[in-house]
Amino acid sequence: MILAPVGWLARVLDPPLRALQRVGGRNGMAIFFVAPNMLIFGIFVLIPLVINFAYSMTGGGALFLGDRIFVGGEQYGRLFDCGNYLEPNSCREDLFWTAVWNTVFFVVLQVALMVGVALITALILNRDLKARSFWRAVFFFPVLLSPVVVGLIWRWILQRQGLLNYMIYELGFDPINWLVERNWAFAAAISVSVWAHMGFYALILLAGLQAIPKDLYEAAEMDGTRPARVFWRITLPLLAPNLLVVLVLTLIRAVQIFDEVYVLTGGGPGTSTLFITQYIYEVGFASLLRNPGLASAASILMGAVLVVLTLFQLGIARRGERRSAK
Amino acid sequence: MRNVSAFLLRRRGGRGWHWTDIFTWFWLIAGFLVMFGPAVWLVNSSFKTPAALAEFPPTILPYVTAETVVEGYDKPLPLYEVKLPDGTVQVLAEVRRIGIVAQMVDPENPGEIIKVNIQDRTPKRSVSFAFDNYVRPLVVNDFVLYLQNSVFVTVMATLITLLTNSMAAFALSKYNFRGRSAVMMLIVATLMVPLSVILVPLYSVISAMGLFNSLWGVILPTVATPTGVFMLRQYMLTIPDELIDAARMDKASEWQIYWRIILPLTAPALAVLAIFSVVWRWNDFLWPLIVLSRKELYTLQVGLNTYAGELNVQWHYILAMTVVTMIPVVLVFVFLQRFITTGIAGTGLK
Repeated sequence: MILAPVGWLARVLDPPLRALQRVGGRNGMAIFFVAPNMLIFGIFVLIPLVINFAYSMTGGGALFLGDRIFVGGEQYGRLFDCGNYLEPNSCREDLFWTAVWNTVFFVVLQVALMVGVALITALILNRDLKARSFWRAVFFFPVLLSPVVVGLIWRWILQRQGLLNYMIYELGFDPINWLVERNWAFAAAISVSVWAHMGFYALILLAGLQAIPKDLYEAAEMDGTRPARVFWRITLPLLAPNLLVVLVLTLIRAVQIFDEVYVLTGGGPGTSTLFITQYIYEVGFASLLRNPGLASAASILMGAVLVVLTLFQLGIARRGERRSAK
Repeated sequence: MRNVSAFLLRRRGGRGWHWTDIFTWFWLIAGFLVMFGPAVWLVNSSFKTPAALAEFPPTILPYVTAETVVEGYDKPLPLYEVKLPDGTVQVLAEVRRIGIVAQMVDPENPGEIIKVNIQDRTPKRSVSFAFDNYVRPLVVNDFVLYLQNSVFVTVMATLITLLTNSMAAFALSKYNFRGRSAVMMLIVATLMVPLSVILVPLYSVISAMGLFNSLWGVILPTVATPTGVFMLRQYMLTIPDELIDAARMDKASEWQIYWRIILPLTAPALAVLAIFSVVWRWNDFLWPLIVLSRKELYTLQVGLNTYAGELNVQWHYILAMTVVTMIPVVLVFVFLQRFITTGIAGTGLK
């Protein structure tokens, strides 16, 4: 019923497209089929990608490239103008380096926690469980929630008079101001992002575990191998390719962390949960001293890190394909 | 009793309990509470009045304090059950409280003020769901607009994604045209370019096209998803070329082949992409936040973030609207979760 006008449109389009086919041939039709996607792609991904480099070499507050002043590498120089890189206060762009180091700490801790929790969950879901698809769904549920919803759910629970503090109070401890104390806010950012995405990685690892041939485990059982040894000698080596994929994917996502933490803490208290994407967003769009060129330069630096990680991932995927082809 | 515990504790194959069994159950039950608990608490809280939300310790059910209008007083007065010195219990309305003494009146006989120690009274409360939390933001504030905008963006973006991605995938899987490998290379390359890397130049492109503060400015940059093209292409490669050759013999045009043969056969993959696209576009946040600055154009996610960022957060409305924002995704989860989990396990799509 709803599709009726769509079908009508497809029929009406046929005669002109037949004419096009007569002119352009099959090759022409192939171009016609890729054209819409590539056009959108070109305008909204490729052109921005190319002019991003140009933006990063201009200064001033003007929006359009033609109105901007060429400054060469000055924006990069500004980002790297630093007495001691480990000490953001000694840098000209102290917020950039605060964001960089926050992101580094976040990536290390979050990726370790994420991969660990996802692995344990996948191992448990791979056991001989009743209602396995139900349990799988339980851990997958938060993956679908929007970052804004995730941020608000946890803001509500972690607020001073929230559910978590009530539980702590009932257990006889002092309530903690989770989102106001620096270290707790940072821990909250890590935990909430793990909560929101862990199910996705557990699912990938579970698929990997289920692809391990059962007869290997049967053979091990016949030989009376201890479970711990089975894990280290069979499960882990055979899961390694999936584990590596999950590791790189979590790395790529963690470097770009923004939405849920932005809603949860707004980068605060102070700058303790300010990460690199938020820095780019604020310098480029939100702050009073907008500086699109500086934001571009920072985004190109982040992009370089991501390209390295993605090439690494593609390399793993290719090696995996070659191995399975053998 | 012994039989019951033996029944509960017995294991398949007659083996005893291993520590890993106990850990498994601990993990599953803790996971159930941690994964679902917060969302359940959100829904539960969203039905409470501001006064009930401010209570500590929080209650499970949404209570409201009963109030009544008493002759001679402008505002409705809260009702309390009071234990009087003679041992009887009576419902009184509180006029004001000074220290530990409350001045109360009998609603039936408002002339006489009774002084009561606050220890001797309990608020008269009843369970009541504050549906107003949902009605007011939708009717009085702009949330109906936000909802419309979100639906428009999600539906349009998904339709365009399905059309353009499937056309491109068809060309890339069934034609051997010049430049095909170049197109494939470009698509692979852009897998590496997340939105956060091209924010500034994309914003200027959108502005130059006059799409700033337009829902189309939110929709268009998201629709040419490389993952969608890839997934559909993988699927179309499995469709035998003989079908296409046979159709050509029958004088079908290339467009008809795409429309009448390829699309229906690709339906399962299109369904998976459609589900993903709906969830992606419904949940998008950073890009709409940048493109939309006029309030009446906000999507739900941006609107929620704006209201939650106010100095004086009105949690009762925020919580209710968060639930509204969550509903479509929960429906997808309940009815279509199977497609998504197989989609992820098969292709690593997210």
